[in-house]
Amino acid sequence: MNTIARLALPDAVETVLVVPGMHCSGCMSKVERQLQDLPLVHAARVNLTARQVRVSHDPALTVPEMVDALAAAGFPSQPRGEELAPPDSAVKPLLAPLAVAGFACMNVMLMSVSIWSGAEGSTRTLFHWVSALIGTPAIAYAGMPFFTSAWQALKRGRTNMDVPISIGVSLATVLSLYETASGGHDAWFDGTLMLLLFLLAGRALDAAMRDRARSGVDALLRQAATGAMVLGRDGGLAWLAAHELVPGMVIRVAAGERLAADGEIISGNSRFDRSLLTGESVPVAGGTGDAVHAGTLNLEAPVDVRVTAAGGGTSLAEIARLMEASGQARSAYVRLADRASRLYAPAVHSLAALSFVGWMIAGAGFYQSAVIAIAVLIITCPCAIGLAVPVAQVVACGALMKKGIMVKDGSAMERMAAVDCMLIDKTGSLTLGTPTPDPAALAAFLPDEAAVAVALASNSRHPLSRALAGGLTAMGHRAVALADVAEQPGQGVSARWAGLAVALHRPEPRDGKPLTSMVTALSIEGRPTRLIRFADHLRPDAQAALGSMAAMGIESSILSGDNASAVNEIARETGLAARADASPQDKRDAIDVLRREGHKVLMVGDGLNDGPALAAAHASIAPGSASDVGRQASDFVFLGDSLLAVPRALAASRRTMRVVKQNFVLAIGYNVLAVPMAILGYVTPLLAAIAMSTSSLIVIANSLRLTRAAR
Amino acid sequence: MTSLLILLPLALMMGLFGLGAFFWALRKGQFDDLEGAANRILIDDEGREP
Repeated sequence: MNTIARLALPDAVETVLVVPGMHCSGCMSKVERQLQDLPLVHAARVNLTARQVRVSHDPALTVPEMVDALAAAGFPSQPRGEELAPPDSAVKPLLAPLAVAGFACMNVMLMSVSIWSGAEGSTRTLFHWVSALIGTPAIAYAGMPFFTSAWQALKRGRTNMDVPISIGVSLATVLSLYETASGGHDAWFDGTLMLLLFLLAGRALDAAMRDRARSGVDALLRQAATGAMVLGRDGGLAWLAAHELVPGMVIRVAAGERLAADGEIISGNSRFDRSLLTGESVPVAGGTGDAVHAGTLNLEAPVDVRVTAAGGGTSLAEIARLMEASGQARSAYVRLADRASRLYAPAVHSLAALSFVGWMIAGAGFYQSAVIAIAVLIITCPCAIGLAVPVAQVVACGALMKKGIMVKDGSAMERMAAVDCMLIDKTGSLTLGTPTPDPAALAAFLPDEAAVAVALASNSRHPLSRALAGGLTAMGHRAVALADVAEQPGQGVSARWAGLAVALHRPEPRDGKPLTSMVTALSIEGRPTRLIRFADHLRPDAQAALGSMAAMGIESSILSGDNASAVNEIARETGLAARADASPQDKRDAIDVLRREGHKVLMVGDGLNDGPALAAAHASIAPGSASDVGRQASDFVFLGDSLLAVPRALAASRRTMRVVKQNFVLAIGYNVLAVPMAILGYVTPLLAAIAMSTSSLIVIANSLRLTRAAR
Repeated sequence: MTSLLILLPLALMMGLFGLGAFFWALRKGQFDDLEGAANRILIDDEGREP
């Protein structure tokens, strides 16, 4: 940031690009160098945490040029719109209170050590005064997050974990000030500050986890193409963002591009992949006059589409509304820590009140009774309980993230650990969702044919060509040099190789029958034409993943929007029960039915049509290749192709909850030991400090066992 | 005991200085990209313009 401020020239503008693919120092330097090598770029600086690069450049350099430069280096990127700017980090407002609490705690502790080791008389009073001088403002400042939250809860007539904390902290401070002013024996500034320090550390960890998960998912979300090339009246083309499109505009959709609005084709013929929208795996043909929907992928040839509905009017927005209504069940979920505190706060308060009354009755006098009651409050302050959940979650999330699974929500693991059955979408979730070439056809290629096929396929952006090039390259084939390469949209690529005409094209329909499956043909002059069949295959490890889900007691079944024959084929292959032709509403209803039967459902889905079901399910997981709606609605997002991520996330969540419960037992066990001592009046500030830090350290150490939770 | 009169304020001043430095760093955006800073040290410059 600083570098850019210094280099900023009068005519420089700043652009922020989101680059989700960066994750190491190598990526950082490649991205920065690639941009700095552009002639008009003044400076580029990566923020790896946010997966963004901030570029200061001459206004003459356009955003697409920068995106292309990054794409050439292998990093897909997307300009960040202002409305997409990430919400402020949740950790930042906690850092300053944390630092103040840490600073004050250390200094006050220094005073306290000398008091504990026997400072007497005027020295003790002096040290108490210095402690008060540091402690009181520090407590007032560092306690702010708790005081405000407690006040918010009390205003609405509720109580939360922060209410006992705030009451305990304020009473302890007032008592300590009184002790200091009256030259008394014990002041509790050290214990109070340490309490705040531990609690703030727990909060900051919790917030850090949410920030980190969110930045990863936000980066994915912004990847989606949300715009279209608009054909102007004068024939010029201009790129407009999705929200700027209005009905009546004509957009040109290139092959391989996703539609940004609903519309009607006015020229061109192509086939459309509607799998994200409906779950259908076979592309549908569309010609002049046909209606097409936002979110579908144009497969073959460029088409011009007159927009009939954009933004809130599209079929996409309809699904989004259904999804919003579905999310209510989940937002009613109460987190474990909050449930614990609902029981905990009243118990602690009545305990403190009882010990005050008890000592009054026993004739101890008002002052001594108050001291004992406050000692009970401080001792029972939920220090270790405040750490029990966040530390375990942060450690487990870090472990999952290393395995490519991102946790989007704080309560996601708690809910995930409780699921007992799984519904899985077919296209894109159980299968890869993209056509992959038939391995048998690829294996039958002669080496020189394969090399020609790679060369031809790499000249086209058509999804089938890209899948073919990817498949053959993975088998070790390399492209040969071709001459006169030409691509006819919707037809294929042709070229000359060693004097022979070669082409990768759509096969002629035989016997006048239209092709029902995805096929492409490779023809080389003088040799027989080879047909390559494409199909949507199961994800790698799908069988193993389903097996380990079953081993964990999860009953799985398929819930798909695709037609019955395609679904049955996959059902036979996996041995799962299946339901086909389910609309988004049907999917959500299926989850409601299971919920009423008392099941907790895990939904695995990727498409727009899965959105409502993902939002309604008890927990949900989506692949990184999912639609933005799918990623937004789910609790977990896994990167990569392997479906083993699902059992891994489940196992890690269960392990995490086991550790969280152990943490609660440890924290409450400490209270069971310490509270009787406090009630009997034996607790001194020294004892409180030792007990508090020991129980917190034990809880942290226990949570650290989760570093290998995602094995 | 009189040494305390010097040492106490001295210790406090040093502590406050550290706290002040932390706040300065926080405001200057030093904590904006912790992950990036950790990785940036591994970048080889190889004699090129940084």
